[in-house]
Amino acid sequence: MNKLCTLCSCQRAWLLVAVLAAGLPGCVTINIYFPAAAAEKAADKVIDEIWQLPPDQAAPVDHAVSPPASPAAVTPVNDSGSQPANRKE
Amino acid sequence: MTRYIAGVFLAFCFMAAFSHAQAAADLNVNTPAVAAVKAAMQARHAQLSAYYQSGAVGLTVEGFVAVKDASLVPLSQRGALAGLVNDENTDRTHLYQGIAAANGHPEWEGEIQRIFALRWIDKAQSGWFVQREGQWSRK
Repeated sequence: MNKLCTLCSCQRAWLLVAVLAAGLPGCVTINIYFPAAAAEKAADKVIDEIWQLPPDQAAPVDHAVSPPASPAAVTPVNDSGSQPANRKE
Repeated sequence: MTRYIAGVFLAFCFMAAFSHAQAAADLNVNTPAVAAVKAAMQARHAQLSAYYQSGAVGLTVEGFVAVKDASLVPLSQRGALAGLVNDENTDRTHLYQGIAAANGHPEWEGEIQRIFALRWIDKAQSGWFVQREGQWSRK
């Protein structure tokens, strides 16, 4: 009985291995898909380099350190009641 | 025993999926072969851009360039123009092949070419001729 059981579990183990092995190609197949988004990103990068385009317009320039030519041009915020008071309901 | 085998198998699957997810984040475009092709194309672009502007050369739906209107170019320069277009297309083929190979999937060449074709046309400057549905149109 004991011997028989050992055989059984051994067979079950092999059966499991066989089933899992059959599932492995599925795993691999899912893995090899074409990464379209990555390819698009790569294409943009390569084309920008070849055509020497600036790396997309989506890079806002920070003007924080631009020295003002005429300080008078800076208009201070007028807070002398030009804004209507918030309505309270 | 069976649990152990299943555990190892699942771990393997997760590792495979995870390593792929990481690999998919970016395509490698920095091999020496790809860099050489890019440099050659960058240098050639200085000559080609005038032809794009004039409409002598346009961008095709297949991700290549083609002589669209040779009559815009003086007769004496047409041979050189044909050579330029030919060299550019050879390099473009090498570019698509090179990127596919650099990422371990030579079979991706067609897909990469298709995406490049869209992006070249999308990034073309206004005034350049691009092919859409078999017809030339000016951007």
